[in-house]
Amino acid sequence: MFVVKLVLKNALRHKLRTILTILGIAIAVAAFGFIRTIVTAWSAGVEASAENRMITRHAVSFIFTLPYSYRDQIAGIQGVEEVSYANWFGGNYKDASDWKNFFPRVAVDPDTYFSLYPEYIVPADQLEAFKRERNSCIVGAKLAREQGFKLGDVIPIEGDIFPGKWEFTVRGIYEGKDKTADETQMFFHWNYLNERIKELQPGREGQIGWYVLKVSNATDMTRVARAVDGLYENSRARTKTETEKEFQQSFVSMSSSIITSLKAASYLIIGIILLVLANTIVMAARERMREYAVLKTIGFKKSHIIGLIGGESMMIAIIGGAIGLALTFPAAGALAAAFPTFFPIVNVEPMTIVFASAIALLAGIVAALFPASRAVRMKIADGLRSLG
Amino acid sequence: MATSNGRAMIEVKNVTKSYHRDSIEIPVLRDLSIQVPEGEFLALMGPSGSGKTTLLNLIAGIDRPDRGEVLVGGTDIGTMGESDLAKWRSSHVGFIFQFYNLLPVLTAFENVELPLLLTRLSKGERKARVDLALKLVGLAERMSHYPKQLSGGQEQRVAIARAIVTDPTVLVADEPTGDLDKVSAGEIMELLERLNKEFGKTIVMVTHDPRAASKAHKVMNLDKGELV
Amino acid sequence: MKIPLSYSWRSLWTRRLTTTLTLFGIALVVFVFATVLMLAHGIEVALIETGSDDNAIVLRRAANSEIVSQIDRDAANIMKTLPEVALRPDGKPIASAESFVIINLSKKESNDMGNISVRGISPQALEMRPQVKITEGRMFTFGTREIILGDNLPKRFQGCEIGQQIQFGEASWTIVGHFIAQGSAFESEIWGDVEQFMPAFGRPVFSSMTVRLTSPAAFDAFKARVEQDPRTQMAEAKRERQYYREQSELMAAFIRILGLLVTFIFSIGAVIGAVITMFAAVANRTVEIGTLRALGFRRRAVLGAFLIESILLSLIGGVLGVGLAALMSFVQISTVNFGTFSELAFGFALSPSIIVSSLVFAVAMGILGGFSPAVRAARLNILAALREA
Repeated sequence: MFVVKLVLKNALRHKLRTILTILGIAIAVAAFGFIRTIVTAWSAGVEASAENRMITRHAVSFIFTLPYSYRDQIAGIQGVEEVSYANWFGGNYKDASDWKNFFPRVAVDPDTYFSLYPEYIVPADQLEAFKRERNSCIVGAKLAREQGFKLGDVIPIEGDIFPGKWEFTVRGIYEGKDKTADETQMFFHWNYLNERIKELQPGREGQIGWYVLKVSNATDMTRVARAVDGLYENSRARTKTETEKEFQQSFVSMSSSIITSLKAASYLIIGIILLVLANTIVMAARERMREYAVLKTIGFKKSHIIGLIGGESMMIAIIGGAIGLALTFPAAGALAAAFPTFFPIVNVEPMTIVFASAIALLAGIVAALFPASRAVRMKIADGLRSLG
Repeated sequence: MATSNGRAMIEVKNVTKSYHRDSIEIPVLRDLSIQVPEGEFLALMGPSGSGKTTLLNLIAGIDRPDRGEVLVGGTDIGTMGESDLAKWRSSHVGFIFQFYNLLPVLTAFENVELPLLLTRLSKGERKARVDLALKLVGLAERMSHYPKQLSGGQEQRVAIARAIVTDPTVLVADEPTGDLDKVSAGEIMELLERLNKEFGKTIVMVTHDPRAASKAHKVMNLDKGELV
Repeated sequence: MKIPLSYSWRSLWTRRLTTTLTLFGIALVVFVFATVLMLAHGIEVALIETGSDDNAIVLRRAANSEIVSQIDRDAANIMKTLPEVALRPDGKPIASAESFVIINLSKKESNDMGNISVRGISPQALEMRPQVKITEGRMFTFGTREIILGDNLPKRFQGCEIGQQIQFGEASWTIVGHFIAQGSAFESEIWGDVEQFMPAFGRPVFSSMTVRLTSPAAFDAFKARVEQDPRTQMAEAKRERQYYREQSELMAAFIRILGLLVTFIFSIGAVIGAVITMFAAVANRTVEIGTLRALGFRRRAVLGAFLIESILLSLIGGVLGVGLAALMSFVQISTVNFGTFSELAFGFALSPSIIVSSLVFAVAMGILGGFSPAVRAARLNILAALREA
């Protein structure tokens, strides 16, 4: 108990130094949490993947399309419960150089798509309105908030992959089932796309970007993948079928260098935390060498000395860490607000909190190791002579 | 001369101590033997480097001899383990330093209380002893002051209170008046004299100051690690 | 009277442990700062090298990159004949209509796939891009299913050696050569005959066309003609250099923002470390300071000495940090360029301005960190300081 009291009093001795150290640790811990949140946000799509969904795309790369005729054949494969399809539309909304205007624009099969993605919840009447109207669209709630889309608004898009001026009327707004669902997408009728393309660029119609498969049993997935790809092995358009998780992961791994760099940066930050804390604790311990010698003379033991130094180190680390963790949340919030469509899902994961806390605690221990061992090993006579 | 009881409180037998700096060995005490009877007030004098502080440290249990024995109150402290030595110190020795060495973040009361925290006494019991010690040194009304609010002489008196609060049998003082003006020095020496005469504490004191030495019963001179 | 420099230097040396810790902290921050700038610069260099002022590239209007652009054959033929397009000695226009797709290849270090750009070129393409040099093997023969690979591909991806074949577009393509292109984006591409690629991909239209202008000044006239002719007005001309710069903007901006954010955080840590160290230095040397003042050195001299100490510390840390960052020049990064969605290799490019900015940054941290402590040192009262002995 006394050790605790002395630790507190000692920390208050140099208020400025203690506050600066806590601040330094807080900022570093917040940065660590922030960077890890960016990394987890990058892979958010992977985590959100459904257990029993698969994606079939062109084997060469997803910029090549598959024929519409594949649909029925794929639906006929045993184990495939339901099939839907989609095309990446792309295009530009307003000024494309402002990245806030980027959001996913996807042409889908209105009858099946939303039943394959039950995590996108659309009010029944809106879904009906969407299905009825050819050039309507359904947008995500987050997107609607960001861009101010309301039911009935017309969204003009300048096409690039599919050139021309396009307009879509908002007939529905979907909400995610939980916070892992992406609410920044815009979906419209594939038929609408197909018909217009037939007029504008005859020969390009009847093409699908990718098929979405719902498989009855997760255990069937490997077999289904092989069956689908086997069907088209010798066709002009070969397919590659994989689980949705693998599909999402392939996007993430494209940026693996960046993600690795971010992770490296977060580890370096740990180094900073340690340096700042160690600097302070080494200094504080050195100043008080004589006092430790006096305490030893009076009869206090090694464990007391360790408790004093370690205690101060831990206390600063814990307070700094707690403040840093608290700061991580608004920082993550700022990230989500700045790039709503690049990082549609930004959550501070429990693992991140655990890591950050562990690092603060470890730093508290490690920073005290050297000065504590020095103080413990010091001969009393030498300590009494030290000038601090 | 006060009466000594005759029994040796402190026995230093054929003690040798050297210091090692890099690879050089510097002998400080050579085959030294002294005896201090119970209740004696001993002054150790000698030039710088004569080994008097080293001898003091051995007696106080802060250091261990390379060869020889150190017995205090019949206990061989020269071979005790670190942990046992610490425990022994807390109840048997009171140390008074030249530079007082009070903890700046604690009040006078809390500084004096320090040695008692190592015992099993309750808060109330500790308070009683601290009050007593502070009264003895004449600083009862300053107990909630911090060291920087006290004069040099007052700080040393608090340090003495700390040294006696556990009622140790031996008091060890290293240049207790070294940093004080004439008046304060005089007060401190009177206090030590009182502790010795009235309370029968055995005191071993290292000093340069002949006036301080004159208060002791006996003076031993050391030079180059040997009695002269 | 000025306090000698050796005072500041030796004071740092006496407190070696904390000096070293602070030094490392500053070096680390400067390292991160310089590295981030070098990375963003590296992307720009890689992409700008890809372009030349003599060339103009034509894409579909509203298309931000070749991958989403389409130019039909008729429009291409018309544009080739415009007067601003340079001619070869034999009278043929120096223009290359190209088609552009992405295929997947497996990386070497993991089994992940990367997006690789495949560019179908016309025979004049090499003339327009003199920076391209074959390093191994030979150029492919037009009219055949031969291809050449940019140098980055055999380094990072499987199946890219000469003699091997890559499958796409329902055909096998034989690798006959590797090429380099001054570190530009082309080094991450596969090149082949556009007239072979188009039917294989099932794409009857080109993605883009690049032309060599008669002179860089001819660009404006060329652009005007393309946009005013009703047969070609769905297209848009850009200077090649500008097009590639735009391709790098998103990526470079992203890296710069993220990187500078990280640097900012690091620098706070370093400044705090420096401040704490310097405050302690001042506190431990009150007697020294009092002595100096008693000897006749003025407050300003004391302030100066401490500031210099702080600046020395940060300058040394800065040089160390820049030195370490320079080592990063040997590192190459390969990742997906957000702008084009295909693989791009780039390195860390050091430039004189980056060195200067980093050192200035270091010194700024030193001044920031050392200022308050130096002021406190200067303000000490002589007598009070001396009495602290």
